[in-house]
Amino acid sequence: MNPPATFSELVWLARWPLLYGLGTTVAISLLAIIGGTVLGTLLGLVLTYGSRASRFGARLYTDFVRGTPVLVLVLASFYILGVAGLDLSAFQAGVLALTVFCSSHVGEVTRGALQSIHKGQGEAAKAIGLTFSQSFRHVLGPQALRLALPALINTAVEMVKASTLLSVIGVAELLLRTQEVISRTFQSLEFYLLAGFLYFAVNYAIERLGRYVERRTSLA
Amino acid sequence: MHGNLLEIHGLHKRYGSVEVLKGVDCNVAHGEVISIIGSSGSGKTTMLRCVNMLEEFEGGTIRIDGEEIGYATAGGERRRKPEKEIARQRALTGMAFQQFNLFPHMTALQNVTLGLRLVKKMSREESQALGETWLDRVGLLSRKDHYPSGLSGGQQQRVAIARAIAMSPRLMLFDEVTSALDPELVAEVLQVVRSLADDGMTMLLVTHEMRFAYEVSSRVIFMNQGRIGEEGNPKMMFASPKTERLAEFLKSSRFD
Repeated sequence: MNPPATFSELVWLARWPLLYGLGTTVAISLLAIIGGTVLGTLLGLVLTYGSRASRFGARLYTDFVRGTPVLVLVLASFYILGVAGLDLSAFQAGVLALTVFCSSHVGEVTRGALQSIHKGQGEAAKAIGLTFSQSFRHVLGPQALRLALPALINTAVEMVKASTLLSVIGVAELLLRTQEVISRTFQSLEFYLLAGFLYFAVNYAIERLGRYVERRTSLA
Repeated sequence: MHGNLLEIHGLHKRYGSVEVLKGVDCNVAHGEVISIIGSSGSGKTTMLRCVNMLEEFEGGTIRIDGEEIGYATAGGERRRKPEKEIARQRALTGMAFQQFNLFPHMTALQNVTLGLRLVKKMSREESQALGETWLDRVGLLSRKDHYPSGLSGGQQQRVAIARAIAMSPRLMLFDEVTSALDPELVAEVLQVVRSLADDGMTMLLVTHEMRFAYEVSSRVIFMNQGRIGEEGNPKMMFASPKTERLAEFLKSSRFD
């Protein structure tokens, strides 16, 4: 009979499922953050500058999504959309749910940032003949980004953490892979700690990146 | 050139139930320097802001070189012009604001060149050369790479004026450009405005600087409760106001 394997040997044996899980977690988070940021920026624009009717629609959407637990969004996206005839894989449904969740947060953050820019900025841009899109791209957007960056980084970190919820619909992200490894090795404490460390590493990287961008965009 | 550069006819503007402009008529010839004075709430700033459509207005017309600004009337129906068209028309005028409104994330030079590149479609080199020329003109070429936060209020306002004037507008609008400045910084800004006036730039100035209005303007307009109360040559108007209101207003204003 072989001597019992050490933890490091077990980690080595489980390296592929764990790395695959980590990759999936990063992929889910990245897709949701990118999709949610694009959608959320548009939402923020509508919430700030839209007509009364479009503002109302956007407000309804953000409040509804923000008032719903992420887990409910994930389950709804997987089960309800399936019933409604939209056949998404677990991965697709999960990414969709997180994107929607992310967009509502980014929408609010964007609105807050745009509204806190002094209105003279938009007027000065208009006065030299800039169109709205030019003004947003060169004057309002960069200033809003700087104001919103800390909150955006926070949202990105939240998305990575929320990606663990996709394990309930069977997406083989890091948490689910870890649980599978634990069910074979029975070393729950060690592998949960390892997973915790990996999540921390991803989020720490995001925060460092955020700090870097903040420094780069801060006023001289 | 013949005709008027700016023609305002029957201008009406209301905020909700409050009518701030109650029918303003005003013609401005090329090269005129007009000071608009009056107590706060008289509508002078609002009138200025209607000229470049920073304020919408409900009645009347504004024309620059005969072109109707902001709205088109066809078949008795008055419509706001499309956003792109309004953006183009705004570039016919330049504006300097009480709060300067420089873009804080851009250097002095970038503030001046932004419109040149985006609106005038100039190349980088062209826009920089012109930007530097105008910064030099307001005495701030050496500060071209400074951000607004590193400039004094007077310097910021001079950059803001350079940013507006570099676009070669047909008409300059100055909205209380010295009101937010410390007293010792007022002179440097007025000096720039005066030199533009000397160059023959057509301008409308909303101002509380009575001495300056007196010395620089070819005409003074006194706004009173949403209407033009009195207008004319500053020397005549200040020496012998025709209306009670202007007499009172002048008495309460400081000349320094």
